[in-house]
Amino acid sequence: MTAVAEARRPTRPASGHGAWFLVLPALIPILVLSVGPLLYGILLAFTDAQSGRTAATRWIGGLNFRDLLHDTLFWESFRIGLVWAVGVTVPQFLLALGLALLLNQDLRLRWLARALAIVPWAMPEVVVGVMWRLVYNPDAGILNETLRDLGLGDGRDWLSGLATALPAVIVVGIWAGMPQTTVALLAGLQNTPRELHEAAAVDGAGAWRRFRTVTWPALRPVALAITALNLIWNFNSFALVYVLTSGGPGGRTRLPMLFAYEEAFRYGQFGYAAAMGCVMVAVISILLAVFLAGRLRGGEDA
Amino acid sequence: MRTRPAARAGQYTALLAYLVFLAFPLLWLLSTAVKSPRELGSLHPTWIPRHPTLANFRQAFDEQPLLHAALNSLLVAAGAAVVAVLIATPMAYVMARHRSPLSRATSGWVVVSQAFPFVLVIIPLFLVLKELRLIDSLSGLGLVYVVWALPFALWMLVGYVRAVPAELEEAAAVDGAGRLRTLVSVTAPLLAPGIAATALFAFVTAWNEFFFALVLLKSPGKQTLPVVLTHFIGAEGVADLGPLAAAAFLATLPSLAVFALIQRRITGGLLAGAVKS
Repeated sequence: MTAVAEARRPTRPASGHGAWFLVLPALIPILVLSVGPLLYGILLAFTDAQSGRTAATRWIGGLNFRDLLHDTLFWESFRIGLVWAVGVTVPQFLLALGLALLLNQDLRLRWLARALAIVPWAMPEVVVGVMWRLVYNPDAGILNETLRDLGLGDGRDWLSGLATALPAVIVVGIWAGMPQTTVALLAGLQNTPRELHEAAAVDGAGAWRRFRTVTWPALRPVALAITALNLIWNFNSFALVYVLTSGGPGGRTRLPMLFAYEEAFRYGQFGYAAAMGCVMVAVISILLAVFLAGRLRGGEDA
Repeated sequence: MRTRPAARAGQYTALLAYLVFLAFPLLWLLSTAVKSPRELGSLHPTWIPRHPTLANFRQAFDEQPLLHAALNSLLVAAGAAVVAVLIATPMAYVMARHRSPLSRATSGWVVVSQAFPFVLVIIPLFLVLKELRLIDSLSGLGLVYVVWALPFALWMLVGYVRAVPAELEEAAAVDGAGRLRTLVSVTAPLLAPGIAATALFAFVTAWNEFFFALVLLKSPGKQTLPVVLTHFIGAEGVADLGPLAAAAFLATLPSLAVFALIQRRITGGLLAGAVKS
């Protein structure tokens, strides 16, 4: 067998010539419709490009970024975006971890919980938004009716209240994003060595200790990866909040994506919106770098 | 390992709480979809409709061009899914079997593309598609969906290819099979279930997608289902609840059906893609 393998080796790089032919069909669309637009987008951020304008687009250097620096509305939107991203990601992770631990147990009704835990993943985001509008509806919604039944007051208009709108959409974000996190964590849990768990139990370690010393170390890489992804996905999220509140009331739920969308496709300020996109990428990259650095340092401790 | 009864009871309580949290919005959607307008106007909504009716479904079809929108969605999503796996499979094969700078660059793109804010891509994409005269066209949107599905498709397929032992291909080559012959009659059959699952996943993501469809399609006759759904919500946010719920429920059924089929494979594929040799 080794002789055969060695005999084959030299011919392998030769087959690399054919590789181009296999790779090109995917490579061209990636370059034209993903990498290209991304670079083009960064360039646009340094121009005064507008939609439907006849005058030629000019380079204006860092003017967009200077304007952006003083755009309090944008920074308010940015702050809301961060509150939203963290407010969704953290509870989402904790809830998904709890659910994954339960689903990893031998419980009745586990099949039902497994099936239900997947459903939000399959649903169109627009439908999730529509569905929660029905739940939050001030008159015909089940939330206010339940509150009235429990004698907790008359309920309120959750999605148009200045104080309640952001928390209300955050709950929807948590609901919608739980499946991916749960599935990832469950897969991670099923990779933890069972024997180690049992040995720890025999040694008299309690549930919490077993979790900390056996489960968590095995789960950690998966947990960090999915949390990083969730943070990015949530920060870039659009459809849910667009359907629920379109950024209202008074901009209280105007995530950066919604802000940039309006700037680009309602007001036609392509260059300015592209600059917003650049700032978003930059901040996400920094957050991610900090997060990953923390992950590496944490890895040395473990 | 036995679990103490008290702990068991706690576990079941927690599980029940999860079931309620996960299920209640879904049940409420269903309940609203079969309520009459009079009942929806009542001040004390109930879980079980007093007079269940299917009138909302008919009204939904009358109010908005749902069937046409569903057809648009089907065309775009199916087309994008087929094209995506057709071009991703060979690429994934090369990435899994040959370590080259190109493979590494593509892997990098797969990861980085997850972090793109769409807003940075959508404006140039809009301008590029305009040049290609593909704005407000289903083919243009389909093309965007192909590229958008590629990172996940590549990730999954690389995992599936790695699961096919290279020794099998080498054995076939020793037996005198040519390169193409080996790929067609040895590798492809083993990859088929993975390719199918990947295509179906690409279909669901395209079927569900909203942002690109909102920006890239303008004429009402071309819009896809998620965009048309938002038309039920009027300008002031006042919605005709019954038909809205009915239409939303119908729009979810295809995604749920497909997802039920591939759920296990997707979970497995995610992990397979994550295992680096």
